[in-house]
Amino acid sequence: MNVLHFINSFFSDSSHWHGYDGIPTRLREHVQYSLIALAIAAAIGLPVGLLTGHTGRGGNTVAFIATAGRALPSFGLLVLMFVLLGLGLTPVMIPLVVLAVPPILVTTYEAVRSVDPSPVDAARGMGMAESRVLFQVELPVALPLILSGLRSAAIQIVSTATIAAYVSLGGLGRYIVDGLYQRNYEKVVGGATLVAVLALVTLGFFGLVARFTVSPGVRRSAP
Amino acid sequence: MIRIDSVTKRYPDGTVAVDNLSLEIPDRAITVFVGPSGCGKTTTLRMINRMIEPSEGTITIDGKDITQQPVNTLRRSMGYVIQNAGLFQHRTIIDNIATVPRLLGWDKAKARARARELMERVGLDGTLAKRYPYQLSGGQQQRVGVARALAADPPVLLMDEPFSAVDPVVRKGLQDELLRIQDELGKTIVFVTHDIDEAVKIGTMVAVMRTGGHLAQFAPPAELLSNPSDAFVEDFLGADRGIRRLSFFSSAGLDLLTTPIVAVDATAAQIAERSTKDVPYLLVTDVDGRPLGWSEPGALTAGAVDPARLLPYGRPFEHGKESLRAALDGAVLSPTGWAVAVGADGRVTGVVSQQTIGEAIRSAHAEGRSDEKVAG
Amino acid sequence: MSGGLFDIPSDLQNTYWGLVGQHLREALIPVVAGLVVALPIAQLCVRLRWLYPPVLWVTTILYAIPSLAFFVVLIDYTGQTETTVMIPLGVYSLVVFVPAIVDGVRSVPQETLDAATAMGLGPVRRYFQVQLPIAAPAIIAGLRVATVSSISLVSVGMLIGNQGGLGNLLNDGMIYHQNRLVWLSVIGTAVLAILADALLVVVRLLVTPWMPRGTRKPRPVDEPEPVTAALEDAVR
Repeated sequence: MNVLHFINSFFSDSSHWHGYDGIPTRLREHVQYSLIALAIAAAIGLPVGLLTGHTGRGGNTVAFIATAGRALPSFGLLVLMFVLLGLGLTPVMIPLVVLAVPPILVTTYEAVRSVDPSPVDAARGMGMAESRVLFQVELPVALPLILSGLRSAAIQIVSTATIAAYVSLGGLGRYIVDGLYQRNYEKVVGGATLVAVLALVTLGFFGLVARFTVSPGVRRSAP
Repeated sequence: MIRIDSVTKRYPDGTVAVDNLSLEIPDRAITVFVGPSGCGKTTTLRMINRMIEPSEGTITIDGKDITQQPVNTLRRSMGYVIQNAGLFQHRTIIDNIATVPRLLGWDKAKARARARELMERVGLDGTLAKRYPYQLSGGQQQRVGVARALAADPPVLLMDEPFSAVDPVVRKGLQDELLRIQDELGKTIVFVTHDIDEAVKIGTMVAVMRTGGHLAQFAPPAELLSNPSDAFVEDFLGADRGIRRLSFFSSAGLDLLTTPIVAVDATAAQIAERSTKDVPYLLVTDVDGRPLGWSEPGALTAGAVDPARLLPYGRPFEHGKESLRAALDGAVLSPTGWAVAVGADGRVTGVVSQQTIGEAIRSAHAEGRSDEKVAG
Repeated sequence: MSGGLFDIPSDLQNTYWGLVGQHLREALIPVVAGLVVALPIAQLCVRLRWLYPPVLWVTTILYAIPSLAFFVVLIDYTGQTETTVMIPLGVYSLVVFVPAIVDGVRSVPQETLDAATAMGLGPVRRYFQVQLPIAAPAIIAGLRVATVSSISLVSVGMLIGNQGGLGNLLNDGMIYHQNRLVWLSVIGTAVLAILADALLVVVRLLVTPWMPRGTRKPRPVDEPEPVTAALEDAVR
C-alpha cells in the first residue's frame, strides 16, 4: 500500500534525521510551541475557571465563551493574524492561545461546579478559609475533569500548530505543508504520521499525569 | 451555654425562616430541634456557627457574642456533622478525621494519632484508617463524620440530621453510640431532626418548632409527652403518647413476686409449695435460672417438664434498669398477662402482673414523677 | 479590482455563495452521516456494557489525530476532493456522537424504563418512544459540538486542493494581499457556525418542551461525563 510505503521510505531516509529540517529539530520546535501556548492558555483559563466555578458567578459569560471558542475557525484565525501582524511567533501564538483557553476555562468551570456540595459545606462549617476550601476540597475532586480539559486543549494546540506551518511556523506541520506544495507525498505522509504520534503521546502523557495526581478516592470508577 | 436571643432570619423574597426565637441551650447536654420541613430548625443550627447570619437578634456563647470573633475561629471551635457526612472523598479516612487538628496547626503525627483514638471511640475498626470514603458503608461514613467533628475536642457539637440518610437498624446503632459517647465526653450538642422519636430518645431538652420558624415548646421529652403545649405539638408527637411517656418511669419501684417460680427439674413437692392461689401460673426456668415459659401448676409433671408445652413468657425486662413501658410490654406479650423480670445476666429475679404494673403507673402519675430517661 | 464586497478572484471558479454552499455541504453531510452511524454503535454500547470502554478508547484516539494529518493520509485513496475532507469530519462527528448518545440513553432513569416495560412496550418501542426522546437533549448537545467543529474544520480543506469552502479564500487573501478576503472567510465561517448553533438550540427547545429552562443538574464526578465535556470544546 502506498501509504505504508511512503511512511517507510520517509523514516528510513537518514537525511530526514538531521539538520534544521530534520525530525528531531522539527519535533522539538513543535513541542516547544505547543508547551508555551498551553502554558499561557492554562495560566489564563485555570485561575478564571477555578474562581468562577468556586463562586458560581459568571456562568452566562462562560457559556458564551464556550460557544465563541467553538465558532472561531482555527485556520482562518491563523491566516488573519498573519495578514494583520505579519511573520513571526506572536501572530501564531495568539490564535493558538485564544483557541485553547475556552476548553480549559469551560471544563475547569464545570468541573468545580459539579463537585458534591456536601463536603464543601462541611469544610466551611469546620472553619476552613475559602481559599483552602477551593484548593483542598474542590480542586482534588474536580481534578479529573480539569485534566481532561487541559488534555483537550493540548491536543487542539498540537493540531493547530500543525496547520500553522502554513503561515510559516516551523514544527512538524512543515513536512505536510511543504510536502503538499512540493508534491512530495513521502514527506506529507511522514509528517502526518509524526503529528498523529505526537498527539497520541500527548494523550498518554495526560493519562499518566492523572494516574499520579488524582487521589485514589476520586479515581475509583473513571475510565 | 448558648443563648439565642430574639433571633429572626428573613430572606430577601420575604420568607421568614426563623421568627423571633429565644432560648437557652444548656451545657453538656443534648438539645434537639425538631419539627416539620420549613420550621427553621436547620436554619437555627446554621446560625450558631454563622453559616447563616441572623437578620435580627444575637447569639452568644458563654456570654460572648459570636459575631465578635473571626468566623473561622468560631467554626474551628465547634464540631459540625451533616447528613451524608460530607466526607472528603479524595482523602483517606484518617486524614478526613485529622482535618481540624491540622487546620489548628497540629503536626501530622499528632493529628493522626488523635484520629485513631477517635476511630476507636466512635466504634470504627482501625483497619479502615487508610481506606477511602467510597469504600465505606453509609453507617460507617456517618461515624467518620462524627469522629471528624470530635477530633479537635470542641466543647460544642452541631449535628444536622446526621442519621437521617441511613436505614433504621443502622440509625438505632448510631443513636446508641451517640448517647454512649455523650456519657463519656459530656459535650454541648445541638441536634436537628425531623423525627420526633429520635428527638425523644436522645434529647435532654427538645425544642419543637412550627413551620414559619416559631418555637412551639421547649421542654424535656417527658414533659413534652405529658404536657404538650398545644394541638400542634400534640399532633406532632403522634399516637401512643401515654404509652411512650411510660419510658420515663423506671421499673425500679415495682414489687416483684418471687414465689411462683420453679426450675425445670423441680420435684412435685416443690411445685406444690410454690403454687399459690393468688397466681394462676408458675414460671418455669432452666437449671441456671433463665426463663423457659409459664404453666398451670396442675399441668406440670415433676421431673418430666416439656418446655415445648409451656406458654410463652413474652419479653423479659431488666428490673431497675428498664422502664415501666418495657415491663408493661412484657406483660402484654405473654398470654398469661404476667411479665418476667431478669437481672443483667438474664436470670429471673421475679415476676409481676399487669395489674401491679398498672398500679405502679398510677402512682407514678400521682407523684408527678419524671425520672431521668430510662432505657426502653 | 472593482465591485462588491463579496467578489471572489476568478481562480477559485466560484462565487461567495457558491463557496458557502460547498462549505456547508462539506460540514453538514459528515455530521449527518456520523449521527446515522453512531446511533447503532451507541445502542450496542448501551446493551453490551463491556463494549463501551474499548469503544471510548478508540474514539478518544481517533479524535486526537489532528485534522490535517488525517486529511493528507487520505489523499492517496480519495484524491484531493471533497470526499477527502468529509471522511475525517465524519469520523470526528461519529466520535462526538457515540458518548453523547450513550450518556443520553443511559440517563433515562431505570424506573421510567421499568414502567414502560410494565405497560407492555417492547424493546424497539421503548427505544424510540422513551429512551431516544429523553436522550434528545444530550444528542442535540452532541449535534451542536459536531456541527460547529465541522464548520470550523472545513477551512483546513483549503490545503487539499481548495476543498475548504470559505477556507479557500484564505490562500487567495494571502497571495493577493487582500485582507478583505481573509476577513470574509473568518467572519463568514464564524457566522455560519453561530447560526448553526443557534438553530440547534431552537430545535432543542422545540423538541423538548418538557425540559425546564436553565436548570443546572449537579453532576456527581464519577459519572462518565469527562469524555463528553472534554470533547465539547476542542475544535480542531
